[in-house]
Amino acid sequence: MCTYLTVRANVEGSVKGPTGPWVRAREAIVYFDHPSHALAEHTVNVDFPVPGAQNGERVALELTAQAARDLIAAMTAVLDSAPVTLTGLRLGQPIGE
Amino acid sequence: MNTCFVTFDSADGTPIQGYLASPEGNDLRGAVIVLHHLPGFDRATREITRRIAVMGYDALLINLYWRQAPTASPDDAAAVARAMGGVPDDQIVADAAGAAAFLRALPTSNARVGTIGFCSGGRQSVLVGCRVDVDAVVDCYGAYVTGTPGPDFPLKVTGLESMLPDLRAPLLGLFGNDDAFPSPEDVDQLEAILTGLGKPHDLVRFDNASHAFFFVDRDSYRVHAALEGWERVSSFYSAHLGA
Repeated sequence: MCTYLTVRANVEGSVKGPTGPWVRAREAIVYFDHPSHALAEHTVNVDFPVPGAQNGERVALELTAQAARDLIAAMTAVLDSAPVTLTGLRLGQPIGE
Repeated sequence: MNTCFVTFDSADGTPIQGYLASPEGNDLRGAVIVLHHLPGFDRATREITRRIAVMGYDALLINLYWRQAPTASPDDAAAVARAMGGVPDDQIVADAAGAAAFLRALPTSNARVGTIGFCSGGRQSVLVGCRVDVDAVVDCYGAYVTGTPGPDFPLKVTGLESMLPDLRAPLLGLFGNDDAFPSPEDVDQLEAILTGLGKPHDLVRFDNASHAFFFVDRDSYRVHAALEGWERVSSFYSAHLGA
């Protein structure tokens, strides 16, 4: 079978596709599965469903496993470099906490 | 060959979209219900539907996500269905029964209808063979025909062991020996059950092939398995659908 664990995470922010507009991001659905477009057999896929959408509209992301790890590292580095007073996070706070 | 989008009635009365590919001419011929994989009612599966028409059969690809996201792109519709835990088995059966009725009502129908499914569609093809009046069943690497996934599995599916006594058509299965879902052991289990039940079947296994070996857009494509696989499908349908 192609698909493995699916994790649904509550998120707070906004997303935008190539044709806009910005929409609120309230949920991220994360799974490892065949991509629709990325050139890999399996990718880490992240869907941000558009709130109230009637027809499955979403902002979607597909990354190879290594690219997903690299993105996590990049995001962590960026967060660690910003003042705690702005992020509200402890320096080195474990991912998922 | 002619192709078009059609609307047919599911057995529960819901109008459902399908993609119909038909050979030229009015000769009587058999028909095939095509059950798409998890990524949905996509270009790749429509190409397969046309391939079956080239073999000489009316082929109807059901849009299994039509209820969930009727005008969405195939990948968006698949994401919606996936987030819901997949499509319920009862819906699959109802839609396939409606598709079979639609195909048998075609003026070119010889009244014989088969199924073919890929990945999740492979399991669904066997499901349909157990619950709908069809004449041939093709299962392309469907997982969880036997065995049930754990609670964290995103799709709400169960094994079909309890239904296999009701399988009412010969079954052709095509599997890669490097696949883990289903694994060679899973295929062994299916073979043992079908043999014990006295059900006509032919489970073909390909070395150096894993999951999704029919799909040309993926690294998983294996030309040796795909070419022999299509030959097996053609012979199987010729024997049971009378093209």
